[in-house]
Amino acid sequence: MIEVEQLSKSYGPREAIRNLSFQIKKGEVVGFLGPNGAGKSTTMNILSCIMPASSGTARICGFDVFEQSLEIRKLIGYLPEAPPLYLDMIVHDYLTFAARLRNVSSKKAPPATEKVIEQCSLKDVRNRIIGKLSKGFQQRVGIAQALVHDPDILILDEPTIGLDPIQIIEIRKLIQELASSHTIILSSHILPEITQICKRVIIINDGQIAAVDSLESLTTRLHKGERLLLKMRRSDNETIEILRTLRKVNTVTEQKASEFIIDCEPHAEIQDEIAKLVLDNNWGIVELKPASMTLEDIFLKLTLEENEVKR
Amino acid sequence: MKNIWIITKRDLGSFFNSPVFYSLTTVFLILNGFIFVNILNFFSLQSFQVQQRPGAGIGLNLNEMVIEPSFQNMAVILLLIIPLITMRSFAEEKKSKTFALLLSSPIHLKEIILGKFLACMIVIGLMILLSVYSTGYLILVGQPEIGPILTGYLGMFLMAGCYVSMGLFASSLTDNQIIAAAISFGLALFMWIIGWGAHAAGPELGQLLEYLALVTHLEHFLKGLINSSDLVYYFSFILFGLFLTHRILESSRWR
Repeated sequence: MIEVEQLSKSYGPREAIRNLSFQIKKGEVVGFLGPNGAGKSTTMNILSCIMPASSGTARICGFDVFEQSLEIRKLIGYLPEAPPLYLDMIVHDYLTFAARLRNVSSKKAPPATEKVIEQCSLKDVRNRIIGKLSKGFQQRVGIAQALVHDPDILILDEPTIGLDPIQIIEIRKLIQELASSHTIILSSHILPEITQICKRVIIINDGQIAAVDSLESLTTRLHKGERLLLKMRRSDNETIEILRTLRKVNTVTEQKASEFIIDCEPHAEIQDEIAKLVLDNNWGIVELKPASMTLEDIFLKLTLEENEVKR
Repeated sequence: MKNIWIITKRDLGSFFNSPVFYSLTTVFLILNGFIFVNILNFFSLQSFQVQQRPGAGIGLNLNEMVIEPSFQNMAVILLLIIPLITMRSFAEEKKSKTFALLLSSPIHLKEIILGKFLACMIVIGLMILLSVYSTGYLILVGQPEIGPILTGYLGMFLMAGCYVSMGLFASSLTDNQIIAAAISFGLALFMWIIGWGAHAAGPELGQLLEYLALVTHLEHFLKGLINSSDLVYYFSFILFGLFLTHRILESSRWR
């Protein structure tokens, strides 16, 4: 449904994305994952025909985003990073306007607006001025405008940014409901969010694709090892050496004084042994827990892996 | 056509739901009314003096002495007011990131531009309509010629169209409304006074400068003349401004 080939975009001398290629099938829910400035928004802007690419092609349903952008714009619903809200308009009027802009006939626009108000739980604020709403509601109005014409493809740029946890859960639920009948691309720099919604992940870093994979294989790829955080009251110079001698331990690094990151083999389950070691040496255990991988770790790992392969 | 109206309707809504339209209209009407009253006072003073000296009344003409100068003054007030109406058209959309909504919708860029042009013209049309009381009063109490009044309003409206197309162009250049207003005011004033260079510029260039000046063509309309050359001038001026706006917005996508 969406085919991207060798897509590049540069702003002056700065290359935002370089030779991106990926495909998205109908009905898929795909997550763009990457740190801020990685090129997620640029890619989404090109896909939603807001700006042309410097080189390469992108096709949606067989239409080229540059040559036949008008056809594509009928098919997509787009929520940019900053929701495109007219702050002086009333929620209801704004959504009707968005529907009319997207070729919904004047007869069908009111029911379409009602439906989307229901879907995004905007009932209580339907007659309020958008500028006076909280960030969470504004974000929901933004999602509502992308949905109002019932597009086949939804492109959501950081849909949950700026929301409180409860709202995030609601939006997630909404996207999951939509997933059954839509093709959805959404971006985020928060890993758990992507893992909950998307079946497939495209990781972008520094304008390039670091990995395209299904979530399962990505997680198994990342779980090549386990990581533990160990915090103690005391430690000496030999502590790190002693920890390294444990079986199944790959590396030990001292994060702060008396705080160690222990990388070990998968399913090592050596917590008992570590604890025993600490007690035996009278280091005084404070904390021993699995350390979750942050996005940075994942990028580091992925990019390092790639470099290793290249070598 | 439908898409143009969708854009126009939203823009009109934002004019009428905010104090912008009301404050600008108030300023326009007060200035316009003040000038009209003064011109009329001057005229009645002269008429009174003429009554004292019979035979000197030739040349006292309501059209020439009241209506024409009123129109000329209105053109100057519009020169000041219209940049404030057009400045937000694109600058605000860009600033508040709402332009992405329009650009990602199945609607042509030219429809967006025409929609915004139409919205500004309707707002200005309304303002001018509200000021019609002045000529209406003259028709009620005197016998001015109706023809030049009607062509005067037509000329005024066409000239406003030129201001608006320059204003939209200025607004497409930036996301800052103040800069947009400054540029469009500068452009409009320059196109108004460009004829001043005519005397120094030599016969051929001088004629061209004279032709390019907005005010030259307005004069004909105020005299009651509808020349096709004036119509061509105004329409091509407006289209050229809108064309430039289109180019600027299209090219800003590439940057």
